[in-house]
Amino acid sequence: MPWTKIYGNRTEFEKAGGERAGLRGLTYKDALLEAATQMLETDDRVMILGEGVDDAGGVFGTTKDLHKKFGRGRVMDTPLAENALTGVALGAAIAGMRPIFVHMRVDFLPLTMDQIMNHAAKWHYMFGGAVCVPLTVRSIIGRGWGSAAQHSQSLQAVFAHIPGLKVVMPANPYDAKGLLRASVYDGNPVIFIEHRWLYEHMGHVPKEAYTVPLGKGIVRRKGGDVTIVALSLMVFEAMQAADILSKDGIEAEVIDLRTVKPMDKKLILESLMKTGRLVVADTGWMDCGVGAEVAATAAEDGFSCLKAPVIRIALPECPTPAGHVLEKEFYPGKDRIVEAVKKTLALK
Amino acid sequence: MKKTPGQIDMPSKDTLLALYLSMLRIRLFEEKIVALYPEQEMKCPVHLCIGQEAIAAGVCLNLKKEDYVFSNHRGHGHALAKGARMAPLLAEFYGKTTGCSKGRGGSMHIIDVENGVLGTSAIVGGGIPMGVGAALASKMKREDRVTVIFFGDGASEEGVFYESFNFAALKKLPVVFMCENNFYATNSPQDARQAVCKIASSAAAFDAHGVCIDGNDVVEVYKASKTAITRARSGKGPSLIEAKTYRWKGHVGPEADYEKGCRPKEELVEWIEKCPLKAFKSYLVDNGVFLPEGLEKAAKGINKELTEAVRFAKDSPYPQASELLNHVYAPSRSSSGL
Repeated sequence: MPWTKIYGNRTEFEKAGGERAGLRGLTYKDALLEAATQMLETDDRVMILGEGVDDAGGVFGTTKDLHKKFGRGRVMDTPLAENALTGVALGAAIAGMRPIFVHMRVDFLPLTMDQIMNHAAKWHYMFGGAVCVPLTVRSIIGRGWGSAAQHSQSLQAVFAHIPGLKVVMPANPYDAKGLLRASVYDGNPVIFIEHRWLYEHMGHVPKEAYTVPLGKGIVRRKGGDVTIVALSLMVFEAMQAADILSKDGIEAEVIDLRTVKPMDKKLILESLMKTGRLVVADTGWMDCGVGAEVAATAAEDGFSCLKAPVIRIALPECPTPAGHVLEKEFYPGKDRIVEAVKKTLALK
Repeated sequence: MKKTPGQIDMPSKDTLLALYLSMLRIRLFEEKIVALYPEQEMKCPVHLCIGQEAIAAGVCLNLKKEDYVFSNHRGHGHALAKGARMAPLLAEFYGKTTGCSKGRGGSMHIIDVENGVLGTSAIVGGGIPMGVGAALASKMKREDRVTVIFFGDGASEEGVFYESFNFAALKKLPVVFMCENNFYATNSPQDARQAVCKIASSAAAFDAHGVCIDGNDVVEVYKASKTAITRARSGKGPSLIEAKTYRWKGHVGPEADYEKGCRPKEELVEWIEKCPLKAFKSYLVDNGVFLPEGLEKAAKGINKELTEAVRFAKDSPYPQASELLNHVYAPSRSSSGL
């Protein structure tokens, strides 16, 4: 399907055919904006709040001018009080609204942890299902240009640890639009994590509203030699790595998790049954991370098909450095994936 | 009593009776827990509000069924005053499937959606922003609803209280911040925790209405909260009421704190003298509003409800082990109504 494709930029998108009859191209950020626009247009319960959602930039374009169309009563700038405003959004959610709380960086979410972890995640279970929590918390992973340790974190594993939360990480424009709508309408608290480096990525995005189901991963590229499980920006890196490997006659199957929690373990195991080798590429840290969860899935439920140890690619165990030399060393990319695949193929 | 501009008349005889019965109902409910707790069938921590009943009763009598209440770990009184039935609360404390939270919440997490009690948080201050959010939803939906948030003096130290109050004042939300100041956060006294022990004065920083009252005087609570709730309903924004009161029992459990050496017995004795229920009953009888027999007759229904609630709680079934994972997530609705 055209919308499952991963294109890094407009040139690649155009080279692959670009816009064709009935197939419109859109960037990741515009896909998010379109999803929000369509929900605000058709559903009075949907509201957006967050610092700067109504400023000229509109959270890197994803909420741009929405306040002009829908008013500041529904597209609301907020005080810098992340924890209280998460509680406000949660309270509004259980009182019948469908709030989308937007943070420019994932790093601001630790300020909201009491309301997300102790309240939003538990308000359905703790009261025996008496109320639902249709709350979506959007945030963006930053990277590069000296973003440093507090503007670059990738904290999906922190949230994925908590029963009651769902964690979603779209890797292309089609998913960005469809997963955001699915999150808002899911009826559960969803931590929706975007990547700033995906914002300009192009892809085919239908004009009409649609959802991409939560909890379902997707095979981005078929292959029989090795399974690469990736998420967010690492899907893009994995696809490039697969192209490089293909030139050496190695066919990698690339799985995009799309949703970290609940994780599509079935899809991972099906691929593993075919390939017997597994590399996981995460945007976060290694210890107790998403890669560990994928590896544990393979060890627990796919042990008999494993032909070699699982290899995890993740951030080194240090905070993000600011200086560009260290920063370059910090982030793994396609080369590390290629290396890992070759290593796992050499292992018996 | 003469009516002066801006003041509220003495409540009607019906209201006075309702205030009395609401307080009595909370007192008897809590005392029943004290009596039953040693059986160890109620296997959850209980935070009792004996001594503080006037606040829940005085506030909630000003609320409509559809108004929202957010509360905390010491929430039995708030829920009861707002209209919750005793049976599903007690069943919840017994961990039964008929409990208001289907045996998943216990005494700290009670809910009664039909009566506007949208859940109680056991993280100090945690329910405050949620109440503000519910008020925001009411305003956005143009509903005639007020939200009252009950919290303690300890919660007034949490950052989230100030964050929430600022937002409520900024958006002029229909919400009342109802601080029950019982002078202790668990065992830590207020003056060991607060630089200035004047919680109500925080409202001034947000140009909002703030008042400090005697939380053991149910008529004063009724009047002060009526003013605040009327302000909220008419779009004048949030109010902060600090009601001074005293908890007779420990932070948790049916014993008194002095028994554990946490505070002087004399202090408790002094406050038992100021019992809100006893004081109000004396007022009603001494002023000839009601005869003692009249009050006793009116209270009969409470004893009946309580007896039936205990039987219901004890007789109800426990959840099945197979139900453990139910209600972690609401059924995904992402594909409906799109």
